[in-house]
Amino acid sequence: MATDNLLAELLYRGVSRRDFLKFCSASAAVLGLSSSYVPQIAHALETKKKPILVWIECQSCTGDTEALLRATKPTVSELILDVLSLDYSETIMAAAGKQAEKSLADVLKNQKGKYFAAVEGSIPLAENGAYCCIAGRSSVDIVREVCGSAIATFAMGTCAAFGGIPKAHPNPTGAVGVRDAVPEATVINLAGCPVNAENITASIVYYLTFGVLPAVDALGRPLFAFGKRIHDNCERRSHFDAGQYVRQWGDEGHRLGWCLYYMGCKGPEAYQNCPTVKYNEQTSWPVQSGHGCIACAAPNFWDEMTPFCRRLPQPFGITVETTADKVGLAVTSATVGGILVHTVARLLRRKKKPKEESKPQPKTEWKGPQWHE
Amino acid sequence: MLKLTDVYVWELPVRLSHWVNAACLIVLSFTGYYIGHPYIDSVHPLFYGTNPHNQFIMGWMRLVHFAAAYVFAMGVLLRIYWGFVGNRYARWSAMIPYTRERLTELYYDLRFYLLLDPRPPYVVGHSILAGIAYVVLFLGYLVSILTGFALMSQSHVGFFWKVVGGWILPYFPVQEVRLVHHFIMWFLIVFPIVHMYIGWTTDLVEDNCVMSSIFSGHKTCREE
Repeated sequence: MATDNLLAELLYRGVSRRDFLKFCSASAAVLGLSSSYVPQIAHALETKKKPILVWIECQSCTGDTEALLRATKPTVSELILDVLSLDYSETIMAAAGKQAEKSLADVLKNQKGKYFAAVEGSIPLAENGAYCCIAGRSSVDIVREVCGSAIATFAMGTCAAFGGIPKAHPNPTGAVGVRDAVPEATVINLAGCPVNAENITASIVYYLTFGVLPAVDALGRPLFAFGKRIHDNCERRSHFDAGQYVRQWGDEGHRLGWCLYYMGCKGPEAYQNCPTVKYNEQTSWPVQSGHGCIACAAPNFWDEMTPFCRRLPQPFGITVETTADKVGLAVTSATVGGILVHTVARLLRRKKKPKEESKPQPKTEWKGPQWHE
Repeated sequence: MLKLTDVYVWELPVRLSHWVNAACLIVLSFTGYYIGHPYIDSVHPLFYGTNPHNQFIMGWMRLVHFAAAYVFAMGVLLRIYWGFVGNRYARWSAMIPYTRERLTELYYDLRFYLLLDPRPPYVVGHSILAGIAYVVLFLGYLVSILTGFALMSQSHVGFFWKVVGGWILPYFPVQEVRLVHHFIMWFLIVFPIVHMYIGWTTDLVEDNCVMSSIFSGHKTCREE
């Protein structure tokens, strides 16, 4: 059955109205809205025409698609994405070859300015984009055309948002995020590795309800999802304040669920709603499962947040085992050593030359500095 | 016959900021090192089984660090201000070698420290080499305060935090900012060691009470 109405399609697929309203409440919660918005959300989803979505994959590992598809049971949010008219998606569309390309061309021709684009993976710019070609066209070409005439583009995951892992040093393909590849497009950066499905549906629900895109931070990430620091909402925060740290993977503290700060957790540097929304239907998230946060939603996280299991970066990037404290200690020892050498040299010198001999004569006019008498 | 006289060199704000900064640097280094590298757990026999508020270790360390940081920032601010309004020995203009005369003095200063001359050039206030060192020190202070506030702005939202440090975060990776903040601690450990050694050696050769002058403010100088 194909209808234009979202609720009708959900009911047809066996989602009860009760489940539908539960989903509306959950969306309001993710968006940080009060429960008084639930009827408004429900009304919008009941009456609005379902939006058309075009999903383009560039340099990606398909992890973001996987994050959406690998739910253990069909959820309403999954269905919301499903019942979006997903007119083009390399990974999951039935059409192939010329037929598939035609469906994309049709959307671009007939729905200009009326569809949403989703981009997964970074876009290589080096060698005129030759590193990623689909149907004989470079991905940068495709993305410029698709995102340029979309209502808005959802950059799915950190690669699409900021370039992500392909952009990490030395970045041989010249990879960038959607914002840099298509500066004129309206882009919502749904960063994360992978993107959290709850944040995708919440963003779409927000647009359907209010007709505008959610407010974003300086990096183009929606504030409802990326406005709070992980460290401040972390379930292990009390262990941080109490000075209870995991010292080694698998030690007593690790088994007791202590703070992962000492193991290089980047929660204090990361902004996302992982601690509250979690992943895979609120099952878990990295810190809950026992590994520190790696700040995957931050731009250049692969270069700037490494080493993931250490608190501080390697100074000057020289060796594997040098830490800032080793450098500091070495400099301090060198200073103390230098002072000892200087003292010894001073004493030896004093022994050799009596004071009076080496003392310069007082000057009557300025020919250099004056000396003590 | 050389006449000696007593000169009031270091005014009260100079001495006050000196000792406030010195005390703060000890507290800040100790707590800051713990924050960067928490070397002790609340299960340590020192805390375990005692009153639970003793086990709020990281919380206390951070509280003390931040409180001392504000005091330190004020101490630095006071000294910077006094560098514009204080007496001629306290002024920033006395620390930067912009005349030929002072550059010559720098040369003889270096000769003294390389043990080529027995005594440094005669000055009442800071020698020019010391002046340069203090300008570098204060630049280090400023970078430390700026990066400290920038790191603080990660968890503190608002205009104030943007102004005092948060504005640098879009330009530098936050982990590099943290590394710089950490390295300055080591610079501020090395500096006082050199500072005290030089104070002691110059006191020996100048014989003008430089060591006690930072308590009293007075130096014994030639009458002019």
